[in-house]
Amino acid sequence: MLRDITLGQYYQTDSVIHRLDPRVKLVTTLCYIISLFIVDNWIGYVIAGLFLLAVIKLSKVPFKFMIRGMKAIVFLLLIAVVFNLFLTPGEPLVTLWKLTITREGIRLASFMAVRLVFLIMGSSVMTLTTTPNNLTDAIEKLLGPLKVIKVPVHEIAMMMSIALRFIPILLEETDKIMKAQIARGADFESGNLIKKAKSLVPLLVPLFISAFRRANDLAMAMEARCYRGGEHRTKMKPLAYRKRDAIAYIIVVCYLAVCIVCGKILW
Amino acid sequence: MGIIETKDLVFEYIRRDEEGNVEGITRAVDEVTLDIKKGDFIAVLGHNGSGKSTLAKHINAILYPTEGTVWVDGMDTSDEEKLWDIRQEAGMVFQNPDNQIIGQVVEEDVGFGPENLGVPTKEIWERVEESLKAVGMYEFRKYSPNKLSGGQKQRVSIAGVIAMHPKCIVLDEPTAMLDPNGRKEVIRAVRALNDVEGITVILITHYMEEIIHADKVFVMDKGSIAMEGTPREIFSQVERLKELRLDVPQVTLLAHELKKAGLDIADGILTVQELISALKL
Repeated sequence: MLRDITLGQYYQTDSVIHRLDPRVKLVTTLCYIISLFIVDNWIGYVIAGLFLLAVIKLSKVPFKFMIRGMKAIVFLLLIAVVFNLFLTPGEPLVTLWKLTITREGIRLASFMAVRLVFLIMGSSVMTLTTTPNNLTDAIEKLLGPLKVIKVPVHEIAMMMSIALRFIPILLEETDKIMKAQIARGADFESGNLIKKAKSLVPLLVPLFISAFRRANDLAMAMEARCYRGGEHRTKMKPLAYRKRDAIAYIIVVCYLAVCIVCGKILW
Repeated sequence: MGIIETKDLVFEYIRRDEEGNVEGITRAVDEVTLDIKKGDFIAVLGHNGSGKSTLAKHINAILYPTEGTVWVDGMDTSDEEKLWDIRQEAGMVFQNPDNQIIGQVVEEDVGFGPENLGVPTKEIWERVEESLKAVGMYEFRKYSPNKLSGGQKQRVSIAGVIAMHPKCIVLDEPTAMLDPNGRKEVIRAVRALNDVEGITVILITHYMEEIIHADKVFVMDKGSIAMEGTPREIFSQVERLKELRLDVPQVTLLAHELKKAGLDIADGILTVQELISALKL
């Protein structure tokens, strides 16, 4: 059961968006987030919404998967809306006891809500259509120029992909240790928070020891296979831009331009 | 000169206490001199702590000798400039299959070695395909390693080593964590490599059944070579093996006991078939 966990909630299907170069998707997501903060009128948000809908449609990912990502932020969304609603000064509309709802408050709160929802959905589209592996490749490639100022870009990407590979293994191991401790009478369930936290010690200590042992083994195995950092290294699956990626970039630039024009200047 | 040669190889582990003072020195490998011919299937036996894994790590230049020398294909392993050539020529497969697979997809893991060597992309794909086919894992190339059985994972690890085109491959107890079926799978793959591709194999194990097909067997005890010879020569000395705390295959043991009881059969019977024909005569 634990083996089946896929990280980054990748949704396997074949669509134009899936086939795009991961760099395009990463850059697009960034641009999209920026666009959400540039626009500050309804026309802008309608454009952003339409763009998002179009992309979701193209990605062939069922809409409910996008909603799923939303559950995690419901609470945050609520707080943001409530605070904006009541604490924005301006022309008062309704007064409930000591709290006043202002016209500006409604405007800000609804913008904030739309912004957050679009933001989460936009980044979900990326994680749903890109494997974690591709994403690390894209990050390595995009951060490439930082090598000049001695940022260990390759090493960071390698660490990310190794971490991703070991998450299921360590989860399984946690499960195993937990069962072994339960079999010896350990209690992970009852008691208050402090007691529960304390009961995790016999779980975490063996887990850490084994993780270090694994790290040591893995380092040795990597060295035995001639790993010596990013230099002189070739790629089995090098990222290559195709025609569709160029088209995607053009669309993104157009979208940004439209957003700036409609969402900022026309107001 | 063989593909792997060691001369008076000594390796010492230094144990330190918490302040870093030397507490004691353990000699893990003690004056080992070996000469391994190209294309041979070599088995190294020994109970836990006999120094066999330490010896194996010298062949891949993961450990360097405290005293003595190791040559891999004529290159001295303590020569740092040759380090990567040595590691390419002498591949290594470790015990725990989970801790040596780096890729998140089988084919990517097999490609890891060639990537490190700087092989052009097109050739990496050719090498990956050819090595996965050699161990019979080609149809699993798109799988996540987490979904494979232990034996399959070890075969992927072996493919990962073959993709680097080594002349020799060292397997450090590759079957210790596997079930009997997985063990058979792995040993079959290793034998095929030796027979078909002519790669020199050094198999480190404590399962006696796995060494029957070896060309030469070394038995290690307390860091030095206690016995050496063909499997038949080794297994004919049942008493000596017991002294070294090693188990003998059941058939060999039965034949040995029968002989002791007065039956006239040859020493060093290795397989059931051999015993049957010996008893028929």
